[in-house]
Amino acid sequence: MQPFVFQSANDPSAAMQALAASGGNNVTEAPVQALAGGTTLIDLMKLDVMRPSTVIDINPLSGAWSQINLEGENLRLGAMARMADVAAHPEIQKAYPVVADSLKLAASAQLRNMATLGGNVLQRTRCTYFRDISYGNCNKRNPGSGCAAMEGVNRMHAVLGTSDQCIATYAGDFAQSLIALDGTVEIIGKSGTRSIAFAQLHRQPGNSPQIETTLAPGELISGFMIPGRWPRSVYLKARDRQSYEFALASAAVALDMQNGVVRDARLALGGVATVPWRAREAEGLLKEQKFDDALAERVADAAFAGATPRHHNAFKIALGKRVVARALYQAATMEV
Amino acid sequence: MSDKSSSSNASGFNRRAFMAAAAGTAVAAPLTARAAGPAATPSAAQDPQLPVDLTLRVNGQNRQLNLDARTTVLDALRERLGFTGSKKGCDHGQCGACTVLIDGRRVLSCLTLALVAQGHEITTIEGLADGDKLHPMQQAFIDQDAFQCGYCTPGQIVSAVACVKEGHANSDDDIREYMSGNICRCAAYPNIVAAIKQAAPEILKG
Ligand SMILES: Cc1cc2nc3c(=O)[nH]c(=O)nc-3n(C[C@H](O)[C@H](O)[C@H](O)COP(=O)(O)OP(=O)(O)OC[C@H]3O[C@@H](n4cnc5c(N)ncnc54)[C@H](O)[C@@H]3O)c2cc1C
Ligand code: SF4
Ligand code: FES
Ligand code: FES
Repeated sequence: MQPFVFQSANDPSAAMQALAASGGNNVTEAPVQALAGGTTLIDLMKLDVMRPSTVIDINPLSGAWSQINLEGENLRLGAMARMADVAAHPEIQKAYPVVADSLKLAASAQLRNMATLGGNVLQRTRCTYFRDISYGNCNKRNPGSGCAAMEGVNRMHAVLGTSDQCIATYAGDFAQSLIALDGTVEIIGKSGTRSIAFAQLHRQPGNSPQIETTLAPGELISGFMIPGRWPRSVYLKARDRQSYEFALASAAVALDMQNGVVRDARLALGGVATVPWRAREAEGLLKEQKFDDALAERVADAAFAGATPRHHNAFKIALGKRVVARALYQAATMEV
Repeated sequence: MSDKSSSSNASGFNRRAFMAAAAGTAVAAPLTARAAGPAATPSAAQDPQLPVDLTLRVNGQNRQLNLDARTTVLDALRERLGFTGSKKGCDHGQCGACTVLIDGRRVLSCLTLALVAQGHEITTIEGLADGDKLHPMQQAFIDQDAFQCGYCTPGQIVSAVACVKEGHANSDDDIREYMSGNICRCAAYPNIVAAIKQAAPEILKG
C-alpha cells in the first residue's frame, strides 16, 4: 500500500473541498479518495490498484447521511446507510423486496455491516487482471495498454455493454434494483446539489474504460431516491456458490399486475454487463400482456439479443436467460 | 497480555522525538469547514511517511499507539497490541478469520483502518470470556467439536455471537446464510452450525 495522508471530514463541505483539490476529471483514479466502509478502497489500496495520496474519512457524515425514509410515495436512502441496515428494514422488505434482496444476497454479513450504499454503487470490477498489477495490459488500470482478459480467462466477464477495450463486469447487485426502479442519485458538489437518473451515473467502457462514472472531482453521493412502491419485485442471483459470491447472472424484476395482465414492468441484469444494465426493450414486451411462461422466455431472449460472448463466458447467455425467466415467474406469482 | 511498552516503541520510533519533530501538528487532521483551507492541501507537515498517534479501545481498555496511517485494526491488534486471537487468512475481506466486533457489530478488521476505529469499542475473541468462564459460544464450539485446525475459529466465534444477537440463528439454513462470511478450510461447518444452535438460547437469554 502506498503511504497516504489521512484526514477525517466532519462535514460535507470540508470533504468536498479536500476531494476537489485532487483536480483532474477521473474521480475513480483521483489522488484524493473518500473512505466510507473501505471494503473496496482498502482492498484495492492493498493491491496497489488504487494509490491515493490522501484519504478522506467520510464516516463522520454517517449521522446525517444514513437516513432511511419511506414517508410519502418515495423511498429515500442516505448514501452512508449500511447495506445490512437497509436489507434488514422491515418496510423496505415489504414495499421493495428487490432492494432488500439485492443487498441481502451481496457479500457477507460482516461486509454488509461495513459497506455503505454510496460505496456499493461505486465498487470496482472484480476482473482478476484489473486486480493484479503484475499484468501490465489492462486498459482500465493502465489506459492504452491492452486488455489481458480479452484472450485470457474470461469466464466471469461481461457479454453486454462491452467494447474492444474492456469487458470487465460491473460486479455489484444493489445497482440493478436502483436502475430497474428508475432510481435517482443525489450528488452534492461545490456548486450545490444535483440529482440525476441512476442510469446516468455509470459509463460504459467504450474507448475510455478508466472513466467509470459521470461524477466530477469534489462531488459526493449523498443519497438515492426511488419513486413509487414495488411490492411485486424480485432479485434473483445465480452464482458459483450459494452465498458470499458475486453474480454470474442476476435479474432485478418489478411488475405491476392486474388480473394477470402486466401494467408496468422493469428488468435489470447483473453479472453479465459492464455497467448496471436496464433491459428496456425486453421489459417493453411485457406491457399490457397476459403473463405466461412463453412470454417470460421471449423477454429473456430479447434481454440477451445483443450479447457478445468471449471464449469462456458464452454460458452466461443461457444462464442469464433462465435467471430472467425465473425471476419474472417468481414476481408474477408472488403474493402481494 | 498487557504490553504498553511494545505499543509505543515496537516501530523503533521514539515517540517523544516524533512529537517534537512534528511540532504538535497532527498528521491525521480533522477537516472542518473552517479548517478546510490548509487541511485540504496536504502540506509538508503532513508527511504521509510519519506515524500518527491514536488511541484504540480494545476489550474495554484504552491503548495508545503510534502507527503508520496504513495500519489496519487487524495488524494493530496482532502486531502491536499482542491480541493474536484474530487471524489473518486473506487480508482482503474474503475469509472472515479477522472478524471483530466494533460497537457490537461484526466487521472485518483487515479492511478497517485503525484510524477509523478510533473512538469506537473493539471487541476481540480475547474479550468474550468472563474471567476464567468461557463465553457460551466458546464453550459450544468445544462441546460440538466445531473446528479442526482452529485457524478460522476465533473469527467464527466472534461472528457467531453477532449472528445470534442479530436474530439470524433461527434455522440451519439461516445460520448457514448469515455465517457464510466465515470460511472454514477444514469444513467443520456441520459442527459449527450445531455449536451456534447450542449457544443461541443461552446468549439470547442474556
Ligand atoms: C469478498 C467480497 C465479496 C463481495 N461480494 C459482493 C457481492 O456479492 N455483491 C455486491 O454488490 N458487492 C460485493 N462486494 C463489494 C462490496 O459490497 C463493496 O466493496 C462495498 O459495497 C463498497 O462500499 P464501501 O462503503 O465499503 O466503499 P469504500 O470502499 O469506502 O469506497 C468505494 C469507492 O467509492 C467512493 N465513495 C464511497 N462513498 C462515496 C460517496 N458517498 N460519494 C462519492 N464517492 C464515494 C470511495 O472514494 C471509493 O473510491 C464484495 C466485497 C468483498 C470484499
Ligand atoms: S476486462 Fe477491463 S479491467 Fe479486465 S483486463 Fe481488460 S481492460 Fe482491464
Ligand atoms: S483476513 Fe480479513 S477477511 Fe480474511
Ligand atoms: S477449523 Fe481449520 S479452517 Fe476452520
